[in-house]
Parts: sequence; structure tokens; C-alpha cells
Amino acid sequence: MALPRVNAIVVGAGAAGGVVAKELATAGLSVVLLERGRWQSFQDHDHDELTSQRTSVLGSAFGPDDRRWRRVVRQGERWVQVLPSESAYQNNAACVGGGTFSYGAMAWRFMPQDFRLRTLYGDIPGSTLADWPISYDDLEPYYEKVEWEIGVSGSDEGNPFAPPRKRERPMPPKPYTAEGRLLYAAGLRLGLHPFPIPMLRNTVPYAGRQACVSCRYCVGFACEVGAKCGTHNTVIPVALASGNCELRTGCVAARVVTDQRGRATGVEYFDPEDRSQFQAADLVVLSASATETPRLMLNSKCKLFPAGLGNRNDWVGRNLQGHAYCGAYGLFERELYDDVGPGACISSMDFNHGNPGHIGGGILVNEFIRLPYLFTGIRPPGAARWGLEHKQFQRDWYKRSMGVKSAVQELPTFESRVEVDPEVKDYWGLPVARISGARHPRDRETGDFMTRQAERWLLEAGAIRTWRSLPGLGVSGGQHQAGTCRMGADPATSVVNQYGQVHDIDNLFVVDGSTQVNNGGFNPVLTIMAVAYRSAEYIARQWNGTRFRS
Amino acid sequence: MRSGEKIARRTFFRVSAVAAAAAGVFGSGCLVERRRWRAFSEAEARLVDDISERIIPSDSDPGGRFAGVVDFIDRQLDGPYERYAASYHDGLPRLARTAEAVHSAPWEKLSDWQQTELLARLEKGDVPEGIWEQGQAREFFALLCEHCLQGYYGPPRHGGNRDYVSYRMLGLDYPQIVGRNQRA
Ligand SMILES: Cc1cc2nc3c(=O)[nH]c(=O)nc-3n(C[C@H](O)[C@H](O)[C@H](O)COP(=O)(O)OP(=O)(O)OC[C@H]3O[C@@H](n4cnc5c(N)ncnc54)[C@H](O)[C@@H]3O)c2cc1C
Ligand code: SF4
Repeated sequence: MALPRVNAIVVGAGAAGGVVAKELATAGLSVVLLERGRWQSFQDHDHDELTSQRTSVLGSAFGPDDRRWRRVVRQGERWVQVLPSESAYQNNAACVGGGTFSYGAMAWRFMPQDFRLRTLYGDIPGSTLADWPISYDDLEPYYEKVEWEIGVSGSDEGNPFAPPRKRERPMPPKPYTAEGRLLYAAGLRLGLHPFPIPMLRNTVPYAGRQACVSCRYCVGFACEVGAKCGTHNTVIPVALASGNCELRTGCVAARVVTDQRGRATGVEYFDPEDRSQFQAADLVVLSASATETPRLMLNSKCKLFPAGLGNRNDWVGRNLQGHAYCGAYGLFERELYDDVGPGACISSMDFNHGNPGHIGGGILVNEFIRLPYLFTGIRPPGAARWGLEHKQFQRDWYKRSMGVKSAVQELPTFESRVEVDPEVKDYWGLPVARISGARHPRDRETGDFMTRQAERWLLEAGAIRTWRSLPGLGVSGGQHQAGTCRMGADPATSVVNQYGQVHDIDNLFVVDGSTQVNNGGFNPVLTIMAVAYRSAEYIARQWNGTRFRS
Repeated sequence: MRSGEKIARRTFFRVSAVAAAAAGVFGSGCLVERRRWRAFSEAEARLVDDISERIIPSDSDPGGRFAGVVDFIDRQLDGPYERYAASYHDGLPRLARTAEAVHSAPWEKLSDWQQTELLARLEKGDVPEGIWEQGQAREFFALLCEHCLQGYYGPPRHGGNRDYVSYRMLGLDYPQIVGRNQRA
């Protein structure tokens, strides 16, 4: 039985998909929002460190499950099959809200420089570095929209590097924790410009939800009091309340169907009973994340598009980026642990750009509260992993250690990529995503530079012992995955235009982390959502009542 | 606040020591009766229990044995870690044979120190020839070690970290009462 045709299908109810669904539904389009996961709540997983989205060794609390999902990842000379609960899978989440349900909620605007890296830093051998087709100014109004509609707390006071803004954020930051106070004073002494991390978190009651109660378990967990702002408790409920949006959970999109004229006609998906369904629509928006969106495009190949949708020039899945995460740790004489969540509270933008000899750089932030098992992995080089020495370290330093981290901007490379595996299929018989490539060697140098800055900050704060952790050079991606369906003006070197419209299919859009030209030296979600607002506005504007105008 | 916690920890340890002594009096037969393993044989469980105590030894705070690390691993091998069950069934006998080869004595007859030292050899891959395949001893040790740490430091709902031992050790309040535990 054919399902009644709708105006738009949005695949993926995550950061971007939630925004698009709300914008289109409130503009009057009929929308079906397909999400492979389900609604989640705090009660489902409690404060379980071993299934949190940070340390998901016993399974990923917010999906996907180990039973039905697989990926293949290049490790050295081999292709290895991995499960969602294994870190090599590069999992984000699979539930209503996607990554925003359990994220750390740092809410960065990129800097104006981040949109024109090629102009700033020139041609870097081995990198596909490019300017964005849009500028910071183009995106500024949409950043503001995210900050007010989803809800962001923060302040630019004391931060001369803050990108220009027209309107304050709706909520003030929280006071610094013990770690924050120490780092603040030390930062000033070093001539840095420390300021509070902006967060998608209610610090005061906002939008009908209560304020954060500073629990120990934030990043990787559901918020017990609903103070963390994601798409699941903001825009998606608005979309549903409009009466124009139907959210279908437990539905796994399999492919986008196109007609002989090369237009998208709808989406084939598996419903919660694993029955194959076809939903017809006037336009399709893919918001399934930077790994699953290119996989869908490649799995949708047909006579007219034998290499997959949008892939005439072999750019789909290319330029996979995350962040070259690195930093330093310090041990302190006195106890710093005050149990005030989320822990991460202070940052510095002193080293995002303008570092002599380096391309870009990254934000510096203090770490989220480290839970007991995660802390076993935080050790100076050569320290014992087990035995009495391990136990003593754990006991002595758990409350007297601190980490300062940097999300170093990655240089995009053509070889860092998502493809579909020629052999391995998932539970539904669909080819799985396979991930390969490596970070650009210069990222390691920038990372090395950033770890020194982190270490310097810790030493000034009084650390009696420090050590640095450099970024890995392996496969990129991770929870900040982005870049695999680049936006650009030239169809030969990009997949979508500045609005996320696939170059040769005018009623197919990509709106999620995939379209980022680069990932900035910041956690990416605010930018992903701002771009989503901008794309959705374009789609709604171009909509002419019965079909999509191009 | 802190010193109060210290006292609590010490009292707690005394109680657990008494409990351990009592178990000794009744002999191990009683333990066998009580325990039903899901993935392990009785011998495997004993071995893993010993190993967990070497990975996280008791000192002023209880170790892996008290925390029930073996219960944690057993439960996971019959659940999310089913894929590792074969490694345990294969690796544990090799470990026992390694003890024989190095010390001409069964594992359970070795002193704590000898057991620790044997595990350190596994960790380094420094094992007698003919028992392990290339690289296998190190891999198996890494697996064991990680699972023991998870059992000791993870939340009690998975079978380990009995009585929140590791949280007590770290001085973490539990359960966390939202908004009430902060010391700021
Ligand atoms: C633990 C954690 C902490 C993080 N912390 C931060 C932070 O502090 N700041 C920050 O900026 N970012 C953070 N991130 C990253 C942020 O969450 C992501 O960048 C963001 O969610 C990506 O948005 P997206 O729309 O591209 O994809 P997602 O939010 O991942 O949404 C994709 C959605 O599509 C669904 N989907 C995928 N395939 C299909 C299919 N075939 N059919 C149907 N549905 C499908 C998925 O289930 C998912 O819900 C964090 C992420 C995690 C997991
Ligand atoms: S720290 Fe605040 S926002 Fe984060 S989970 Fe706890 S209460 Fe929610």
C-alpha cells in the first residue's frame, strides 16, 4: 500500500534534521521525519558510565545497537568490521535528537576566518582546503536563531576574539567551578583571554524548561532535568505541534528513489517491523550525519547515477573530518574536584588562528568531569595500567587532576573518506559504510603546538606534574564527523551548493555535518544547526505550493 | 566532610574483612553452592577472580575480588561481551599452562607476588614458547585488564563495583543526589 505523498521527507531527527523539520513544517509544508532510533529518556539508562555515549563499551545507550549495525574501518593494512559500541565505529547517536540528546552541548560560533581558510593559509599540499561559499556574515543571523530557539548560555566578556554578534545570548553563563577559577587567574597571568564556554544548556529557566542543576553526568548522558537543549526538547516538539510533521521512529532509510528525469521521488525505508515502505515526496532532505548521509547517497545508485547520487565527480564521502583532539593533563597538590557538573566551563580562543608556522589551531577548554573508568585511561606516559601502582594513582589523583583540551582544526584530505563496503551488509541487507584515510600530517604539528599551550596553562595554574597527549594520525570522524558532502559553488569540486542542494538533483538536499567545508577549531554543532536554519529557509522560500521550484 | 568520609571508608573496610574471614571459616564449598556462573566454569571463574585481585589488589580499599569483578565479566560474557567468551575459554587454560611452565606449579599455588609477576609477563608478551600464538598473550592480557577495570570502576548495575567500592575509594558521593553533592 502506497503511503500518501507528502511535500518533504527529512531523513534523520538529529541536530540538523530537527531544525529542518521544524522550519519546513511551520512554513506549511507537510513533512515526514524519518528516524532510525526512538525517543529516549533519562530513566532508560540512568547514570551508567559503561553505556554512555562517551564510554559505550557495553553498548551505546542512545543507539545504534550492536545487533543490527556494523561498519568497516581501515586499520593499518586491514579492513576491520566494527560494532557501534567500539570506538573505531565513529558513532554519534541514533535517537530522536541524534547527537544533541547526549552531547556536551558546547555552543561555538565559528570565527569569520574559518570560512576562508584557503584565502588565509593558501594551497596546502595533500589537502583539499577551500573557502566556504558563504561567509560568517551570511551565517550570523542563523547563529542567533539557534542561540534563541534552541537556547544558549554564555558571555563574550573578556574575549576579544569573539566573532561579532548583533544580539546577546539569551542566558548568562554559570559561575566557574574550582578548576575554572584556578585556570581563570592563571590564564590572565599568562596574558590569555579566558572566558566561559558557551553552552546549549539552560543556566536559568528558559523556554519552559528548568535550569541545569550541575550534576556529575553530562556529556554522553541524557539530562535528568531536561536542562540540556537539544532538538528533541526544542524544535522537534514545535514541528510536531504544528500539525504538519509526522515523526516516524524506528524507521531506517534505505535509499532515495529517483525518476528517469533525475529527480528524487521519495525514500525507501524499513519500518519498525522491518517491512519495506516507500514514502513519496516532492523533495527529500538527508540529515543522517556525515557518515550515514554519504552512505545513503552511494546506496541510492541507479541507471542515471551509476556512482551514486551527487557523485558524478567522486566527491561524495570525501574530506571526512572530525577534530585532531589533543591536550595536556596536570596533577595538583590540592583537591580541585568540587562535583559541579558539567565540569567544562572555561576556554580560550587565543590560539585558533595566527599561530606562526601553523595552519589554524583550536579552542582550549578544560575537560568535562572525568568518570572513574574513563579516568583509568588518563595516565602519564609509562604509568602502570594495573596493580597497586594503578590503584594508588587512581586514588591519589582522581580529585587532584585537570585536563585542558583542544579541538584542533583538521585539514581536509581527499583520501579521508566514507564509502560503502562491497561485501559487508547490515541487518536489512544494505551495504554498510566503510571508513578510511588518515589525518593530514600538519594536523599533528598544530596539535603538538596546542598541547604545549595547554600544558603551559596548567603549569601556570600550579600543576606539579604535567604530560601532553598528541592527536592520533589515524582515521578521522568521531563524534564531530563532518565534511563528506562538501558545499561549494563549483559542481566539479563539491557535492551541494551553499543551501545544501545537490548539484544535479534540484529537489534533493543534504543538511547536516556533511556539508561543512571545514570543521573549524571548535565543536561543530552550533554551525551545523545554523546552516540548517539557512538551508531550510531557502527550501521554504523556493517552495511554490505543490512542487519545488529550481 | 572529607575526614568523615575517611572514617566511613575505614569502618567499611573492617566490616568487609570480617565478612571475608567468615567466608574462610565456612570453606569454599559454600561458595561453590552459592555461585552460578553464566559463561565460566567453576575453575575459570576462580582464575578470573584471582586475576581481578591482582589487577586491582586490596590495600586500604577493597580490591577486584570484593568488588565482584568476576561477576561483572561473567555477566557480560553472557551478554554484550559474548564475542569475547571464546577468548576467555581459550586464553585461561593457556594462562594456567604458563604458570606451570614458568613455576612448575599450578596457578593457585603461586604467591600473590608470583601471580602478579606472571601477569606482567603476559602484558609484555614475555612468555615461554609453544603456549601462546604470536602476540596473543599480550592481547589476552589487555582484554582481561580492561574488563577488570570496567568491573571495578563501572556502575554496580552490571554486577561489579559491589557496594560502590571504587566510588568510595575515590571519595565520590553515591548515589548522586542532584544538586546536593557539590562542594563549591
Ligand atoms: C557524546 C557527544 C558529545 C558531543 N559534544 C558536543 C559538544 O559539546 N559541542 C558540539 O558542538 N558538538 C558535540 N557533539 C557533536 C554533535 O552532537 C554533532 O556534531 C551533531 O549532532 C551532528 O549533527 P548531524 O545533524 O550531522 O547528525 P546527528 O545529530 O548525528 O543526526 C543524525 C540522525 O540521523 C539518524 N539516521 C542516520 N541514518 C539514518 C537512516 N538510514 N534512517 C533514519 N535515520 C537515520 C540518526 O539516528 C541521527 O538521529 C557531541 C556528540 C556526542 C555523541
Ligand atoms: S550538568 Fe546540567 S545540563 Fe548537564 S546533564 Fe547535569 S543537569 Fe543536565
